[in-house]
Amino acid sequence: MWGLDFSTLDWNEIGVASLDTLKILVSSAIFTFLLGLPLGVVLYQSSRSSSGWVRTVYTVLSIIVNILRSVPFIILIVALIPITVSIVGVSYGVLGTIPPLVIGAAPFFARLVETSLREVDRGVLEAAQSMGASTWQVIMKVLLPEARPGLFAGITITIVTLVSYTAMSGMVGGGGLGDLAIRYGYYRYQNEVMIISVLFMIILVQLLQMAGDRLVKHFTRK
Amino acid sequence: MADEKGSDFVYEEPFLIPSRGLFIFVCYRLGTVESDRCCTGTCSKGTGKESFGLIELKQVTKKYGKGAKTTEALSSLDLSVRKGEIFGVIGHSGAGKSTLIRCMNLLERPTSGEVWVDGVDLTKLSKQQLQSKRRGIGMIFQHFNLLSSATVYENIAFPLRLAHMDKEKLAAKVDDLLQLVGLEDHKDKYPAQLSGGQKQRVGIARALASDPQVLLCDEATSALDPQTTDSILRLLVDINQKFHLTIVLITHEMHVIQSICDRVAVIHQGGIVEQGAVTDVFLKPKHPVTREFILGQAGESAQLALDAPHDGSSRLCKLTFLGQKTYDSILSRTARETGVDFAILQGTISKIKDIPYGQLIVRLEGDPGQIEKTIQRVTAEGLDVEVLD
Ligand SMILES: Nc1ncnc2c1ncn2[C@@H]1O[C@H](COP(=O)(O)OP(=O)(O)OP(=O)(O)O)[C@@H](O)[C@H]1O
Ligand SMILES: [Mg+2]
Repeated sequence: MWGLDFSTLDWNEIGVASLDTLKILVSSAIFTFLLGLPLGVVLYQSSRSSSGWVRTVYTVLSIIVNILRSVPFIILIVALIPITVSIVGVSYGVLGTIPPLVIGAAPFFARLVETSLREVDRGVLEAAQSMGASTWQVIMKVLLPEARPGLFAGITITIVTLVSYTAMSGMVGGGGLGDLAIRYGYYRYQNEVMIISVLFMIILVQLLQMAGDRLVKHFTRK
Repeated sequence: MADEKGSDFVYEEPFLIPSRGLFIFVCYRLGTVESDRCCTGTCSKGTGKESFGLIELKQVTKKYGKGAKTTEALSSLDLSVRKGEIFGVIGHSGAGKSTLIRCMNLLERPTSGEVWVDGVDLTKLSKQQLQSKRRGIGMIFQHFNLLSSATVYENIAFPLRLAHMDKEKLAAKVDDLLQLVGLEDHKDKYPAQLSGGQKQRVGIARALASDPQVLLCDEATSALDPQTTDSILRLLVDINQKFHLTIVLITHEMHVIQSICDRVAVIHQGGIVEQGAVTDVFLKPKHPVTREFILGQAGESAQLALDAPHDGSSRLCKLTFLGQKTYDSILSRTARETGVDFAILQGTISKIKDIPYGQLIVRLEGDPGQIEKTIQRVTAEGLDVEVLD
């Protein structure tokens, strides 16, 4: 069919690449979450503050986040090579891919967090305050639980974005399915490998989106 | 206002409290004790009277915005709420009601002035002190402000979890509260699955969870239909009596004030224009804004009564009956004796909280001397007479 021959595929290599993609995805998602969530909360809190210097902090953070989000990811990877090396020791392979992914995705996720926190009804926050909740308690027990559906939607979008980022990082030797698709499919004209790799990524995105939608639905109480 | 406080606060004997004793003694000798200053909290045991200000706002001013765009929501406002009473604040939209009640737990920090609650000036407290003080001040809201992500049970448990109450005590407490507000069967539902009245019951239970001394109600019934409003108001009266809880409520509905409040303040453009016992303010309103609120209920028919034809040989009077007199036949008895005729042009009989009252607009007809005598007689019998022409 269309001159494709799937019998020559090296399934072993595809298996390794799939696994690599999952490893990259899971670990970068975890770090993105750990970095982006607090950053999002800080953005949200500082934007509401009445104190002058806290609002300056907000402006500075906001500019940094905007810069990181506006630099094309492919350039970010290259620009971050020294930092990547200093963190994980290498700039390629599974490990070398993770830092740029996290640094690229965390600001994006932080904005999504900030947006979903803004959706939380101010009245509920005030009610908690009137009951004597500290700022920390308001964040942990009201803000984050109330924003849960929005946060899960944000996590889903971020992970799906990470899948496409892993493909891009494949171009610079990042490892995983994207790497495979580019090396075999694009450079060596093995269309079969490219098709299978892309197919796997499509399936992956579908599954992630479905899981995410389920979580959002489960936590929506409105 | 100051004499009002003074007269309620009866000192029988001088008594000494180590650090404040001398001051109190001096106050006693001078006979001009300002109850809130020296006696909030500590002295109540000594006098057996508890009618001093549990909440005292002193010269509270709140400005929003900066420079030319400043709006003064409250201007040098003084207010005193006594322990155990239901105190109502009524005012038009934008009068500053919400700002006022939010100053009472410092959700809104006044630009200047003092907010005393149970002997403590909240404006002087540190963040932590304020947080712990707020546990003693419950609040309910017009839009309920429940946690949408938590069940009824968890919403009520919320303040207890904030205070790290242990599990068994918490469960028992929440069950009690569920029963108090009649929501035992709904404890596993989420707020979105409840009606407005049920949501406000959750709000009330949640506010009561930390055993507050004061309950602040910000338009608590404004989003509810009349029946539901009444059931919530009844619940508020119940808890006021059961727990001797002081309640401050703000509203723009005179009906709410009339049904449950002991005292009322009328707020207009950021200041209190009239205050006192609901029976006084309601039956003899002085300020135009107050009149407007009260006439809102019976305004049209009162105006019709005033339009009724009458000449030199008749007088238009407004008679007010209060308490048991409402049911007496004072007017017809007196008229029979003086030989004066009367026509009832408008009439109301109703209750203020649990006190019955009646108000009649009558036209007295007959000999002017006898009319005068009739007025004197009924006044002597304890009716309040206001001659309208
Ligand atoms: N956060 C704010 N920023 C600026 N102005 C405010 C703010 N809150 C209230 N105001 C102004 O203060 C005044 C009093 O407002 P407040 O909300 O206390 O009125 P209210 O009596 O509660 O009215 P309503 O019955 O409509 O709720 C209004 O003129 C309002 O515009
Ligand atoms: Mg209001």
